[in-house]
Amino acid sequence: MKNCYINGIGSVSIQATGFSIFDAEITTVQNVNKAQQPSYKELIAPAMSRRMAKGVKMSIYAANKALFEAKMVDPQAIIVGTGLGCIEDSEKFLDAIIENEEQFLTPTAFIQSTHNTVAAQIALLLQCKAYNFTYVNGANSFENALFDAFMQLKHLDKENILIGGVDEIAPYTFSMFEMVGKVKRVGDNINFKKPETNGIPLAEGANFFALSVKKTANTYAEVVDLLVFNDFKDDETSTIKAFLEKNNLSVNTIDVIVLGVNADAVQQPFYHKIQVLFTETPQAYYQHISGSYDTASAFGLKVAAEIIRSQSYPEKLKYNEAQPEKIENILLVNQNNLTDFSFVLLSKC
Amino acid sequence: MEALKKELKERIINVLNLEDITVDDIQDTDALFGDGLGLDSIDALELIVLLDKEYGIKLADPKQGKEIFQSIETMAQYIAQNRTKL
Amino acid sequence: MQNRVAITGMGIISSIGNTVEENFNALISKKAGISDIELITTRHTNEIKVGEIKLTNEQLQQLLNLPVNNTFTRTSMLGAYAAKQAVNNAQITAINEVRTGLISSTSVGGMDFTEKHYKQYDQYPEYQKYILSHNAGDSSNKIADYLGLKGFVSTISTACSSAANAIMLGASMIENGYLDRVIVGGTDSLSKFTINGFKTLMILSDTYNTPFDQHRKGLNLGEAAAYLVLESGEVVKRQNKHVLAYVCGYGNANDAYHQTASSENGEGACLAMKKAFEKAGIQPGEINYINAHGTATPNNDLSEGRALLRIFNSVPKFSSTKAFTGHTLAAAAAIEAVYSVLALQNNMVFPNLNFKTPMEEFHLIPETEPVKTEINYVLSNSFGFGGNCSTLIFAKS
Repeated sequence: MKNCYINGIGSVSIQATGFSIFDAEITTVQNVNKAQQPSYKELIAPAMSRRMAKGVKMSIYAANKALFEAKMVDPQAIIVGTGLGCIEDSEKFLDAIIENEEQFLTPTAFIQSTHNTVAAQIALLLQCKAYNFTYVNGANSFENALFDAFMQLKHLDKENILIGGVDEIAPYTFSMFEMVGKVKRVGDNINFKKPETNGIPLAEGANFFALSVKKTANTYAEVVDLLVFNDFKDDETSTIKAFLEKNNLSVNTIDVIVLGVNADAVQQPFYHKIQVLFTETPQAYYQHISGSYDTASAFGLKVAAEIIRSQSYPEKLKYNEAQPEKIENILLVNQNNLTDFSFVLLSKC
Repeated sequence: MEALKKELKERIINVLNLEDITVDDIQDTDALFGDGLGLDSIDALELIVLLDKEYGIKLADPKQGKEIFQSIETMAQYIAQNRTKL
Repeated sequence: MQNRVAITGMGIISSIGNTVEENFNALISKKAGISDIELITTRHTNEIKVGEIKLTNEQLQQLLNLPVNNTFTRTSMLGAYAAKQAVNNAQITAINEVRTGLISSTSVGGMDFTEKHYKQYDQYPEYQKYILSHNAGDSSNKIADYLGLKGFVSTISTACSSAANAIMLGASMIENGYLDRVIVGGTDSLSKFTINGFKTLMILSDTYNTPFDQHRKGLNLGEAAAYLVLESGEVVKRQNKHVLAYVCGYGNANDAYHQTASSENGEGACLAMKKAFEKAGIQPGEINYINAHGTATPNNDLSEGRALLRIFNSVPKFSSTKAFTGHTLAAAAAIEAVYSVLALQNNMVFPNLNFKTPMEEFHLIPETEPVKTEINYVLSNSFGFGGNCSTLIFAKS
C-alpha cells in the first residue's frame, strides 16, 4: 500500500504573514482574533479578487504556498474542510434579505456564502478539473478532508492531493456565539492550561497541505492513520489504545501528543482524561498561537509537521514539562463539545 | 445626460467593487463586457439589480441586459428613457 | 460480484410523499408535488412555485417523537425522518454491531431557523438554543444521535451535487475496508435564504418547471431528505440481507468554468460520467435509464444535454424528475438515487413532466410517460454551483 506524505504547507493565521513556530515573538490570543491578511495582489487578479470572500482569498494564498513548496502543479483532487464556510457573506446576504425585505438583492454574497465556494474557486484559478469536495462537519471538517485524501492516496490511483481547512470570523455570528457562551467575552481570562472561564478565544485562518504518495526532500511527515468520529463507542482510553495498537504503537511510543485544548473550562475535562493517559508523554498545544475555530486543528497539523521535520520542540508549545528525546510519532487529538472527534497519527520520514 | 453617465460610472465602480478603476478610466463607449471592462455574467446580474434599485427599472429576463449593458452610453440612454425613480 | 457495495435500505421524504412507496406511486401516476409556498412567508410568494413538504415543524417534531427542548432544525428533522426509514427498511436493529457510518449532506444546514430568529436572538432568549444548530455538521450529528449511531460521521456540501458525493464517499469507504455499513444521503429544507439566493441568479421559474423543454424558464426549489443504507458484500452474506440494488460506479469532476454556471459543452459533466463508467467497468451502451440532473434552467439543460450527446452514441431513455419534486439541492442526488433504485426494482422509467417542445440546439426527447422496460443499469447525474459535477451508476440486484 502507498503512503501519504505532507510535502507542502501554507497558512494564513492570526500571526504575522510568514510566521514560524520557531520565531521568538507571538501575538497573544485575545477574546476575538482576526487573521493577518497577506498581500493578495501578486496572486489574484483584481478582476477575480474583487468579489472574493476573505475565506476564499486566505485559502487561495495558503493553497498556493502549499503547492509551491511541494512543487505540485496538478493536484488530482482538491478537498476543503470548513465549519461555517464564508460566513461573512452569509451574514451579508441574510442582513440584506432582512433589511431590504427581500428586495434589491445581488448574487455575489449568495455565491460566496455557499460552503463549496472555496474549493470551487481554487479549482477555477488552477483550472483543475479533478475531484473536488467540501466537508462541513464542524470541528473535524478538516480531518474529514484529510481522511478523504488519505484514503484516495492509499487505495486509489492518485498521487497528489491538495487539502485545506478554512474558517472566517463574522461580526454578527460572533455576537450570537457570545449570547450562548460559546466564545470568550472582552476581559475574560484566557488560560489554556487551567481554564477558568467558559468559551473559546475565537479566531480565523486557512491552512492548506500538499499531500503526495511520493517522499521528497521537502517532506515534513507521513500521515500514518487517522480516525474521525462523532462519539466514543468504548471509553476514551481503550479507543485510543486500540487506535495506537492497530498502528503497532502504544502510549509509550508516542513522542509528542498534540492537544486541541481551547481554553474553554467546559471542554477541559475531556482533554484532562487524555492527559492522564499520557502523563509521561510530552504534551503540546497550539490554539494559544492560532486561536480557536472549527478548522484550527489544521494549524495543529502544521505545527506537528514542522516539529517532526525539524526535530525540535519549541518551548512555547509545551503543555507539560516533559521534553521529547526524539520526535518520531505524534498523535493529534481534537474535538468540540464532546463531538466531532479526531485522532491523527504522524510519523517521521 | 453627462451627469447621469458620471453617476452611473461611480455606481458601477462601487457596486462591482472595481478597486483599481476610476471614473476617468471608463469611456462612455467602452465595452463593459468582454474585452473592455471585462465584466461577466454575475456582474450583469448585479447591474440588473442596480437598474431596479436606483432607477426603478425591472428586467425580467437577464438576456435583455445584453443590449442595454453594451456601454455606459447605451445604459445611460436606456435609463433616461425608462427610469421610474428620479 | 460479492464485493460490490449493496443498497439494503432506503428512506425518503419529499413533496411527493413521506415514504418510498408514496414517492413511487406519485411518479408512476404523474402526480407532481409543485405548489405555492405555504410554510414560509416571503415577498416572492406569487412569483415562485416550490416542492414543499406540507408538514409543519411541529408535525415533524411529533412524528419524530422529539422532546420539547430539542434543537432540531427543519433540515435535521427531515433528515432524521428519512434516515430512520432507511435504517428500518434495511432491518437494522443493532446499529453499532458493525462499523457503521453516516455521511449526510446539506447546503442550508440550520439556515431555516437562523433566518427566522436571526436579529431577534437577543430579545428572545428562548430561541438562542438554535444558534449552535446553524452549522451544517450539526444536522448530521443530530441524525446520528437520533439513530444511536456512534462512528464515522461526515457532512458534505458541494451545492446541488452534495448527496451524490455522500453516496460516492460511502461506497468508497466500504470498498476500501473503512466501514462495513454506511447511511448516505442528504437533507435540505426550503429557506428564504436559498429562495432569495436563486432569485438573484434569475434562475427561478414563476411557474411549473419544464426540464429539457425549449421554453423552460428556470427551476422550482424544493425540500426533501433521502438516505440509502450501503453494506459490504460480507455483511450482506453474513446477515443474508436482501439487496435492493448495487452502487457500481461513481465519478466526481470539476467543470472549472464559472462560479455558478455550467460550461457550454458540459466538460465537467462529461468527465464525471466517464469516471463513473471506468469505475463501473461498463459501456455507456449498457445504461437503460438516465435520471438526469435536468433542473430546467436554460443553462443546465443545455450543458447537460450536450454532455449526454458527447458520452452516448445513442442517448438511452432519460428523464428529469425535478418537475415532480423541484430542485431539492443537497438532497437532490439522494432522492434521485432512491428513484434510480425504484427504476431498477420495477423496470420502470419515470416520466419527465411538463415537456412539450424539444430544445432547438439538439434533438433530445425525454420520456414523458411512465415506461415499462427492462432496466439493468441506471445513471444519475448531479451538478452544482462551483462546477461540482457528480455521476452515480446503479446496477440491478
